[in-house]
Amino acid sequence: MELHDLWFVLIAVLWTGYFFLEGFDFGIGILTRALARDEKERRVLINTIGPVWDGNEVWLLTAGGATFAAFPEWYATLFSGFYLPLLLILVCLIVRGVAFEYRAKRDGERWKRNWETAIFWTSLLPAFLWGVAFANIVRGVPIDADKEFTGGVLDLLNPYALLGGVVTLTLFTFHGALFAALKTLGDIRERARRAAGVLGLVTAAVAVLFLGWTQVLTGSGTSAVAVAVAVAALLGALAANRAGREGWAFALSGATVAAAVASLFLALFPDVMPSTTDPAWSLTVTNASSSAYTLELMSWVALVFTPLVVGYQAWTYWVFRKRIGTQHIPEPVRH
Amino acid sequence: MDIALAPETLARWQFGITTVYHFLFVPLTISLAALVAGLETAWVRTGKVKYFHATKFWGKLFLINIAMGVVTGIVQEFQFGMNWSDYSRFVGDVFGAPLAMEALIAFFFESTFIGLWIFGWDKLPKKLHAACMWMVALGTVLSAYFILAANSWMQHPVGYRINEANGRAELTDIAAVLFQNTTLVVVFHTLTAAFLTGAAFMVGISAFHLLRARRTPAAERDGRKIAAMRTSLRLGLVVATVFGLGTALSGDSLSKVMFEQQPMKMAAAEALWETESPAPFSVFAYGDVDKGHNTVAIEIPGLLSYLANGDLDSEVPGINDTEAQLKEQFGDTAADYKPIIPVTYWGFRWMIGFGMASFAVAVAGLWLTRKRFWVAPEKRTGSEEVPRLMLTRNTELGEFLTTWAWRAAVLTLGFPLIANSWGWIFTEMGRQPWSVYGLFTTADSVSPGVTQAEVLTSLIVFTLLYGILAVVEVRLLVKYAQTVPVHEEPPAVDPTLRGPGTGGTGAGGGDGADTDADKPLVFAY
Repeated sequence: MELHDLWFVLIAVLWTGYFFLEGFDFGIGILTRALARDEKERRVLINTIGPVWDGNEVWLLTAGGATFAAFPEWYATLFSGFYLPLLLILVCLIVRGVAFEYRAKRDGERWKRNWETAIFWTSLLPAFLWGVAFANIVRGVPIDADKEFTGGVLDLLNPYALLGGVVTLTLFTFHGALFAALKTLGDIRERARRAAGVLGLVTAAVAVLFLGWTQVLTGSGTSAVAVAVAVAALLGALAANRAGREGWAFALSGATVAAAVASLFLALFPDVMPSTTDPAWSLTVTNASSSAYTLELMSWVALVFTPLVVGYQAWTYWVFRKRIGTQHIPEPVRH
Repeated sequence: MDIALAPETLARWQFGITTVYHFLFVPLTISLAALVAGLETAWVRTGKVKYFHATKFWGKLFLINIAMGVVTGIVQEFQFGMNWSDYSRFVGDVFGAPLAMEALIAFFFESTFIGLWIFGWDKLPKKLHAACMWMVALGTVLSAYFILAANSWMQHPVGYRINEANGRAELTDIAAVLFQNTTLVVVFHTLTAAFLTGAAFMVGISAFHLLRARRTPAAERDGRKIAAMRTSLRLGLVVATVFGLGTALSGDSLSKVMFEQQPMKMAAAEALWETESPAPFSVFAYGDVDKGHNTVAIEIPGLLSYLANGDLDSEVPGINDTEAQLKEQFGDTAADYKPIIPVTYWGFRWMIGFGMASFAVAVAGLWLTRKRFWVAPEKRTGSEEVPRLMLTRNTELGEFLTTWAWRAAVLTLGFPLIANSWGWIFTEMGRQPWSVYGLFTTADSVSPGVTQAEVLTSLIVFTLLYGILAVVEVRLLVKYAQTVPVHEEPPAVDPTLRGPGTGGTGAGGGDGADTDADKPLVFAY
């Protein structure tokens, strides 16, 4: 395997890590509205991800930074091309982070409600927009001979991409519901399981449609295998949820996320951003990548530090392994 | 197109606004992480409750601050691609590497261990809990190192070659990028200034509490609160003094490096139009840019020669000669090889002025609030009393001066923030017209495919959003800065990793109905 192929895989791994982890915390944010009946229950949900959401989000920053280092042309075309959707995602992530940290810092009713509204929308919008963005990457966008994106924001809102957005939105919400079932106690745990049952079916319907469409557009034999794994894992997650095996259900919805991301990257390879204007102008793993020296250097860095990161992040999840119920929520701070 | 709304101008304003804003939080995060870790360690080691209260108090302010630092940092990672795509294409091979290292090595560290620290009070043994904050502190320092190495490469590119086939810069020597002298002195200068910033923040807020305590009738004063704030004040003063001196020394080293690597920046910092030997340091000047000289100038003879070369009589090249030389070197292509002189000139002065003002306050405060050294026994104060400001062994500062000394201490908390902002504005504006000095211009760096409307939209959105968040953040800080949590008791039992009990049997499951398992979390969002 050549280094730029390895880096294609590593970028896929980083996005998989990001969608696996922030996928469920987006889901939790979305479910604060539908699943929780009162403020205490909303706090139960928020606190299941409290210690970890920030670490989850760094997977995105690392995916961004690694793309910059390993595929500068991809980084440049992608983020200047998808300008306005990315702006919206950034605004959401800014407000969302502040919302988690500041919501409980004052006791005012309006203060809390406003931040809760913010948590809902700033979880929902990126969950949808990442799907739109990735669908467009796979489908291809207008790119000229100078590797510049020549389309407008309306080019990004095509039916295929919008369906991609619906898939990530429903899949992350499903994944979040299973996380809630795994991490909470009492009533809300039951409701999370029931919600997951419904969400899983909706996700399965749209995901099969979308991944099938992807196969028709640009699929390969290997991506077909990944699609099959994704669908099987999704059905497995549904079955495990029905059987009350919460750990398995969550692990399998995570596997669905991973296999779905893998199928998209496999469908994409060896392009990284196909041009719909002229296939000769597509960005590929070869023409968008860094020099061999940089790729080799970054490979060593990734090889040493990625396992370390996975190790201490896993330890964090172990430290906060206890389920949370309404009885664990302390009284709000009085200020 | 109107130059004021040209995409390059808009993109530069956006970068300036988002970066200066981000950097208000960065130095506080770097320094407060280490200071809070130090206070917590002091509590763990001595068991003194004043350290516990100080840890809780500064920890809360730290968290309000780091939340803003983290979220505004996300924009930094992506806006190179958004607004500066041609820059990203040109430098990605070199510049992307330290950025990716920063994310993988430093950001994960910070974000993971800060989560453990915030929520871990009842989950982690206290030594491990304190260690988590040290990890956060290490993460912030590593993060600073990588991003400053990337910036230093823009100031002074090394360890690269230009690939003739695609016209891009390619990395040939990562060690040269990470360890060149520009990187080392910039890291030294930025970190010392960061600690001066956090220490001044500590001095300002503790002085506010002590000043308020002085005005409270003796019977109503809370000794525990005074003890925590007095300790914080002394810690802040010591750190501000040591790192204030470090900032001055590192600044001197940095200016010598810059005189060599970017003579134009330093000539512009001084509005030194003509080459002079010996060159004077300008205290005040008003220039006529079009005619290329100053109409008013107040100067200290020889000092600039010292800053540049370490002696009092050597030659320092002026703006006009440097520009002629740059035109010869790079061709007469760029419209202008000089930055905006009033910005660099005043930016340089405000950086030094505000930074050194807080250093001066710290030195004075360190002397005035000393506890025992050369203070008459009857003038000494206990750890639960507001310190007397002792000028000499027996002389206390008068009432009027004492009040103003405390006020100056409160005010100093803002000084380094102003100094830091101007320092960055100076160093980035002073490099213009280049984005990578001598290699690539800022005008060539912008995204060709991004429309004026898009850049304008994001500029307005970020400015408004950051404005609103500034109001929210400052109001929270003010509120939390006013309450020292003396009612909070240190945990009676040191938690164990196995579970909340005493590490006994079956504590892992958590489904049990015993009271221990149902105990509320010590901290929750």
